[in-house]
Amino acid sequence: MAKLPKPSELALDYTLPKKGWMDAAVDFRPGTWSHAARAKNLEAAGLPNARQWSPADSDWKLPSNWKQIIFEGMRERLEKFRSLRIFMDICVRCGACADKCHFYLGSGDPKNMPVLRSELLRSIYRGEFTLAGKIMGSIAGARELTENVIKEWFYYFFQCTECRRCSVFCPFGIDTAEITMIGRELLNLLGLNIDWIAGSVANCRHTGNHLGIQPHAFKNMIEFLADEIEAVSGVRVQPTFNRKGAEILFITPSGDAFADPGTYTMMGYLMLFHEMGLDYTFSTYASEGGNFGMFTSHEMMKRLNAKMYAEAGRLGVKWLLGGECGHMWRAVNQYMDTMNGPADFLEVPKSPVTGTIFDNAASTKMVHIVEFTADLIRNGKLKLDPARNDNLVMTYHDSCNTSRGMGFFEEPRYVIKSVCNKFHEMPPETIREQTFCCGSGSGLNNDEFIEMRMRGGLPRANAVRHVEERHGVNALSCICAIDRSALTTLMDYWVPDVTVYGVHELVGNALVMKGESERTSDLRGDPLPGMEASEDENI
Amino acid sequence: MKIYDGKFIIAGLVAFIGLATFPIWSNIGKASPLPEPKLDTPAIQQMEQKQCVLTRDEMRTGHMRLLDEWRIEVVRNGGRIYTATDGKIYEMSLQNECMRCHSNKTRFCDACHSYVGLPNSTPYCWTCHIAPREKD
Amino acid sequence: MNFIMSLVAVLALVLTAFLGIEAAGLRTFFSMAVPYVAFTLFIAGTVYRVLAWASSPVPFRIPTTAGQQKTFPWIKRNRFDNPANKKEVLGRMILEVLLFRSLFRNTKAEIEKGPKLYYQWEKWLWVGGLALHYSFLVILLRHLRFFTEPVPFFVQALGGMDSFLQVGLPGIYISDSVFMLAVIYLLVRRLIIPTVRYISLPGDYFPLILMLAIGVTGILTRYFTRVDLLKVKQLALGLAKFQSSAPEQVGTIFYIHLLLVCTLIAYFPFSKLMHAGGIFLSPTRNLPNDSRIRRHVNPWDYPVEVQTYAEYEERFREKMIEAGLPVAKEIAAGGPAVYPLTKK
Repeated sequence: MAKLPKPSELALDYTLPKKGWMDAAVDFRPGTWSHAARAKNLEAAGLPNARQWSPADSDWKLPSNWKQIIFEGMRERLEKFRSLRIFMDICVRCGACADKCHFYLGSGDPKNMPVLRSELLRSIYRGEFTLAGKIMGSIAGARELTENVIKEWFYYFFQCTECRRCSVFCPFGIDTAEITMIGRELLNLLGLNIDWIAGSVANCRHTGNHLGIQPHAFKNMIEFLADEIEAVSGVRVQPTFNRKGAEILFITPSGDAFADPGTYTMMGYLMLFHEMGLDYTFSTYASEGGNFGMFTSHEMMKRLNAKMYAEAGRLGVKWLLGGECGHMWRAVNQYMDTMNGPADFLEVPKSPVTGTIFDNAASTKMVHIVEFTADLIRNGKLKLDPARNDNLVMTYHDSCNTSRGMGFFEEPRYVIKSVCNKFHEMPPETIREQTFCCGSGSGLNNDEFIEMRMRGGLPRANAVRHVEERHGVNALSCICAIDRSALTTLMDYWVPDVTVYGVHELVGNALVMKGESERTSDLRGDPLPGMEASEDENI
Repeated sequence: MKIYDGKFIIAGLVAFIGLATFPIWSNIGKASPLPEPKLDTPAIQQMEQKQCVLTRDEMRTGHMRLLDEWRIEVVRNGGRIYTATDGKIYEMSLQNECMRCHSNKTRFCDACHSYVGLPNSTPYCWTCHIAPREKD
Repeated sequence: MNFIMSLVAVLALVLTAFLGIEAAGLRTFFSMAVPYVAFTLFIAGTVYRVLAWASSPVPFRIPTTAGQQKTFPWIKRNRFDNPANKKEVLGRMILEVLLFRSLFRNTKAEIEKGPKLYYQWEKWLWVGGLALHYSFLVILLRHLRFFTEPVPFFVQALGGMDSFLQVGLPGIYISDSVFMLAVIYLLVRRLIIPTVRYISLPGDYFPLILMLAIGVTGILTRYFTRVDLLKVKQLALGLAKFQSSAPEQVGTIFYIHLLLVCTLIAYFPFSKLMHAGGIFLSPTRNLPNDSRIRRHVNPWDYPVEVQTYAEYEERFREKMIEAGLPVAKEIAAGGPAVYPLTKK
């Protein structure tokens, strides 16, 4: 792992290079790129050109006809995606997007300006697919496709978290996420992926989740969390697995089952479901809400996503409930039904507790857990004691994907404000549709990429520090599994006194359950406000 | 070639072509002869040498400038006398000098002005000056 | 460098028209042939480009949602920034096309030691862009007075309003001034903001310099070297009616203006200027965020290979039984099948 400079030593240099951007040579400095996909993972994921290689090597062992593969891949995608055609053609380079990218703000590397990230692909497009580019070359903004260009693509398309912030500001709606997604598809044709993504995809394909948790381990983990809940609340929750005939299939990112602090969020779900007497089941086969296929290709996204409807059909549930996750919800909201629907074997989701019919999920049949909980709270079905979260001065991080790929702003705020008494928003330029990425999205939350992650997370961390200084905020909530993990690292680096929480962890803390014993600690085992003294006495 | 969302896109293109070719189709079957400003007022007919303040070509492209200069000279500086390049003396006055010969506003001024699309209020000579009463 | 190249290209055009008229006397060529070729390229090129876009489908609904989605009736949703149906999309598109709504959101990030980020008010690009486009539109419509006889009322009225300041004779058009200021602002901005300069291609400078030159020559013909409008209109009407109206002498400056305009419209379809058409087809703006509500079909959808539940159970059956997880099939005699990790 690359050595990470201290925050005070992290150089921020916005000086532009003397040479123009068309020069493709990239300096592969440790900490700014992710390890190459290992051969076994590419093979297991069913991706081509599996081999041992590293971005630091000069020879990337590309197939001999790599140029032809890229050009044919581009042609195919230009014919399949109007988005690509339009975005290749209509950029006017006004520069409005330039300082909207967290990676540009955190690195000062001009090729991290969304406009240039896209130009990396556009310049090749012009040279091969436009008359002007063919005749006039660089005067028309065209470049020749060389191995250096491929290396540059790899470096910069795996330095974009597909957060879509630039597309909010672009006067033509050019979406760099779309360009990055297609750029990565092209790279994958040559066997160029990063291991963090390829490994997760391979795992998901064969074991049902990114972490490669096998069925028995998945069940054990959830049951361990049930034990923890019992220890905190005295209530025994009874989750079920792969159960046919349940009303609801619940799917959440596997990170919630396996990695702190996501596990506390999972405890929150379990407590809520138990308290509502929900007839639901987990699936060990469809045990992944996230979809790293999305960071590989549209086809891979479809492959991994297919398990959700397949399992819902097999188990005969009525509808799907999805956990807190970012890119999972972009996939569910914008792709799932089109890719793997129609889900006409399911019913339009209806809350068994409140009777609310979720019309907004009438076709996908999948409801966001925060929507579900907001409806419960609105209808007075939950007994909540927000004072249990009184030691937390809360702010909320809007996940990129639920914000700009869904428009999910008020529901989480409604839930958070119902379970927390102290809440402060970050500045308006850093939340809602203008929210800043955690810096680790789209499969880049790996250790070796740490410097770029901390750089990319700077704008987010900066906004948290602002409310920390102004309002004494000490807690950052989010509804994304990658956020829960990545923001924790980010806060440790930039704003060490702030702790990261999932929204349903907060719900779990505040939820007054039937038959619970007096709670003295929160789901993490830390004393509840006012209980610190009694803890001391016990010692 | 398959067209997707053809309904909207073709409609858009038809609208675009329709607007862009407006000058072509809006002129079909219309005669648009060059205007002929009439120089047949009695005053002009009595002139021996039919000569305006400037030459014909200069007047065509420059009369508005001349009038503007005259106005400024008269209103701001109180000057009234204009000496033409041929040495002739004129009174700088739209009503007393110009309209003496060109007493036919509608068939002289307006003929060209309306041809090049100037609405009757512009040029704004007639917001202050009284247009001559024309017989006919 | 890119700027110089574009500047030279525009100057070369000016020189071409100048020499073509003054030295070679190619009046018919510049006043008839060039406009027809340019106009044909403009129409055919634009149609071709749009049809090329149209030939690619929109497989997925990928609107950029910039406001609250439609969920519960008790949560106020944002119809313009997160449209849930076609009608609302129309609203969003009108705001985008007519008011450049997305550009209006623009901010400027500043970084200070700490590091500490600030986001500042920055609407100048929006103002400049809006000013350029609307003044261009007004100028374009005003020019209809040369192509129509009688001149339609709205063209007359527009000209009247545009010169209502009544400064000088011929009266100064507000749109001319706004246009020149906007073009100069956008050009200067491109040259002095380091990042924008870094990303600028010749294709970014060229249209700006071209428009600047068009503005300058246009203003010259109107206010300084002055041309005979009757002849200009005769020529324009002749073009519109496909009548060769052997143009008499009109000032050379007019021919330069005409060649520059013809260059602009001929260049339009083959350049970034096609953003004018592209914005209507931009999938992040012209689609409703309704793919959870109603189903959309990807026209090129194809079945993909997935790990089925049966395969999954085949792989983990033993462990599942041991953990008490329900299975569809018990273990067959002869032990579990071997699950291939790599397969086609």
